[in-house]
Amino acid sequence: MNFKFIFKAISVALVSFSLTLISAVSFAATDVRIMWYGDGDKENVPIAAQIDEFNAANPDINVILDIVPYDAIMNTLPIQLAAGEGPDIARVTDLGGLNKYYADITPYVADPSYYEKSFGPFLNWYRKPGDSTSIHGFHSTMTVTGPYVNKTLFEQAGVDLLGPGATWEEWAAVSIEVAEKTGTPIPMAWDRSGHRVSGPAISMGAKYFDSSGDPKLVDDGLKAMTQMLYDWHQAGTMSKDLWGSVSGSKYHAPNDWWNAAEVVFMMSGSWQIGRFANEVGDDFDWWAVPAPCGPAACTGMPGGNALLAFNANPAVGKVMDYLSSKEQLSSFIGQVLAIPGHLDLQVDYQTDDPNAKHALNTFAGAVPTIDQVAFDLQAHVDNRIMFNAIISRLGQAIVGEMTMDEAWERMDEDVEKQLKEKYGG
Amino acid sequence: MENIRNQTKNFFLRILNIPFAFLMHAIDLIMWPIQKIIGVRNMPYIFLLPNLIFFGLFVIIPLVANFFFSLSSGDELLFAERELPTTKQYDQLFDCESYLNPNTCTEDFFWRGVYNTIFFVVFQVGLMIFFSVLTAVILNKKIIGRGFFRSVFFFPVLLSPVVVGLIWQWILLKNGAFNAIIESYGGDKVSFLTDPSWAMASVIFVSIWAHMGFYTLIVLAGLQAIPPNLYEAAEMDGTSRERIFFRITLPLLMPNLLVVFILASIKGVQTFDEIYVLTGGGPGTSTSLIVQYIFTTGFASSGSVQNFGLAAAASMVLGVVLLFLTLMQLYFSRNKESKHQEI
Repeated sequence: MNFKFIFKAISVALVSFSLTLISAVSFAATDVRIMWYGDGDKENVPIAAQIDEFNAANPDINVILDIVPYDAIMNTLPIQLAAGEGPDIARVTDLGGLNKYYADITPYVADPSYYEKSFGPFLNWYRKPGDSTSIHGFHSTMTVTGPYVNKTLFEQAGVDLLGPGATWEEWAAVSIEVAEKTGTPIPMAWDRSGHRVSGPAISMGAKYFDSSGDPKLVDDGLKAMTQMLYDWHQAGTMSKDLWGSVSGSKYHAPNDWWNAAEVVFMMSGSWQIGRFANEVGDDFDWWAVPAPCGPAACTGMPGGNALLAFNANPAVGKVMDYLSSKEQLSSFIGQVLAIPGHLDLQVDYQTDDPNAKHALNTFAGAVPTIDQVAFDLQAHVDNRIMFNAIISRLGQAIVGEMTMDEAWERMDEDVEKQLKEKYGG
Repeated sequence: MENIRNQTKNFFLRILNIPFAFLMHAIDLIMWPIQKIIGVRNMPYIFLLPNLIFFGLFVIIPLVANFFFSLSSGDELLFAERELPTTKQYDQLFDCESYLNPNTCTEDFFWRGVYNTIFFVVFQVGLMIFFSVLTAVILNKKIIGRGFFRSVFFFPVLLSPVVVGLIWQWILLKNGAFNAIIESYGGDKVSFLTDPSWAMASVIFVSIWAHMGFYTLIVLAGLQAIPPNLYEAAEMDGTSRERIFFRITLPLLMPNLLVVFILASIKGVQTFDEIYVLTGGGPGTSTSLIVQYIFTTGFASSGSVQNFGLAAAASMVLGVVLLFLTLMQLYFSRNKESKHQEI
């Protein structure tokens, strides 16, 4: 009798446990993993808050935000994707380079036409050649490359800031003058990045593509700009300590020198606004200035980062709809002090900093002046190959490992070699 | 009283023994039939099997995969999507007009890495042996705080290479601690890490600092193994200190120095992490060694094509060098053992 009772009790317990397990599995929230790099807390905190809000409102979906360094997006993510792993969504800057991994979320978003209307020109940056309909994600922030100056140093030196139309040579000359008058060690500092070099190179006449639209890196325009950068390094206008501190195509930004007011003129881009507002504060006045000119244009490079999907399912679609909504994007952009990638977005920037406000206006105003070559280059699937060739070979020439002639020859060879490896032949 | 204590102790030991005994019997249930089938003599292989499985899974299979990667091309990761077999990667690596001038090579970064590695290993190993012997000889003497100094010299060995890189970066940067001292004495700042003429010397110095303790310990062990009566006899003969060092200490230390030489060379060829943190391989490529070339080509191309095939081919070349050095080490250590046995 007792044994029968125990046997029955165990059976009931097992059946109940199994049912609980089955129901738990059936009603488990769907995980959506986002790989996110942010420019410090200024970007990470707002996105984390938005994700928390989404998770609270959608118990059937569990969004997991993996905050990673930028290097992980550039180097680890492509390997994960090639191995068939990787997140559901990632914040990406190599927009065309990863397009073979993007998933089409059109069937899973509430209103595909919203994406076309709001992010239209950028969607093509993510699509494979020949595709004009897929939706893979949306532009999180748009960026424009351009220079900043330490306005306080200009005022101390009694040198007037140059206006629109000033050339690169003129900006270099006044930066040297200010540095000399104020005892500032570095007249000019640039981000070590081929992307940053490309806007000025296009201003000097660089075309980047041949008549059939294939990459053709080195021409007179690119030569003129890279020669100028080489000369500035040899003359001390730019410090070798910055570009010399790494090798290959590794990115490096001169923020530490800039924050310490050791730089008069810094070539970077709009994504620095929030960072400067936080880090420089009221130590000195910093001003974004219009892109300096060359004989062909006065342009920076467009760019930005996008949240792109690598898996297509209803949960991913819902997360994308939420994060790309006007309300969420406006709130995010307003906090991080960036230029929206949304074409119709009213942003209430949450800052009283006059430097940040001026910089936002300057960069937003620069968008219409961006040269078509710059847009084409940014949209090209293999642009990173060209950017990396420029910076690694120019870096070698600057430290004396090769002449500029050899560097230009190598730049073209590098591009050709990489394209052959990628596409065969 | 003692008896009761022993009985209690035995009782608890027996209780503690129950799960182990149960486990052993359970294992016996599995092992007994296996032993019946394969025989007692082959049982050691069964005990080695778990380790061999892991070794095969994480060493042998990747090694074989790496070899096949080196014979393939394309930017895909999966073999099914790659062009295979091809010697293209090896052709590309060794395509040079003159091997003495990296600028004439298709893969000039690889050859710069090769020359930088040779330069690095020659000077790092040479200087490391010199300073290890010097330090070991001093630490072998009866000096005050000998134990403390032995620990101090060994301490950097315990640090992670990334920590070593970061510490020395803070010290050697243009705005770092060392330049602050130079400036305070009225000197000009030196670009230890960003001037090509200084950068390699700086990374060699840091590498010696980080690894010297380990080799000092080996040399110290060698010094302590030298029979003291040899020194006593030499002193009784009135032999000078220099003569004692060069005629007794150094010859008897030679087997240890050989081990130090080969181990340090293997480690030197593999160097990557501390230099990557310290200089990133720059300025230009002046401190970029072979392993960094492999890493950058395969995994850190920053948006360029991740050329797994080329990286695998370069790592196969590096593997051959390391294999040669390892065989040398095995040969000399066996030679040393057989000499000991003869004695």
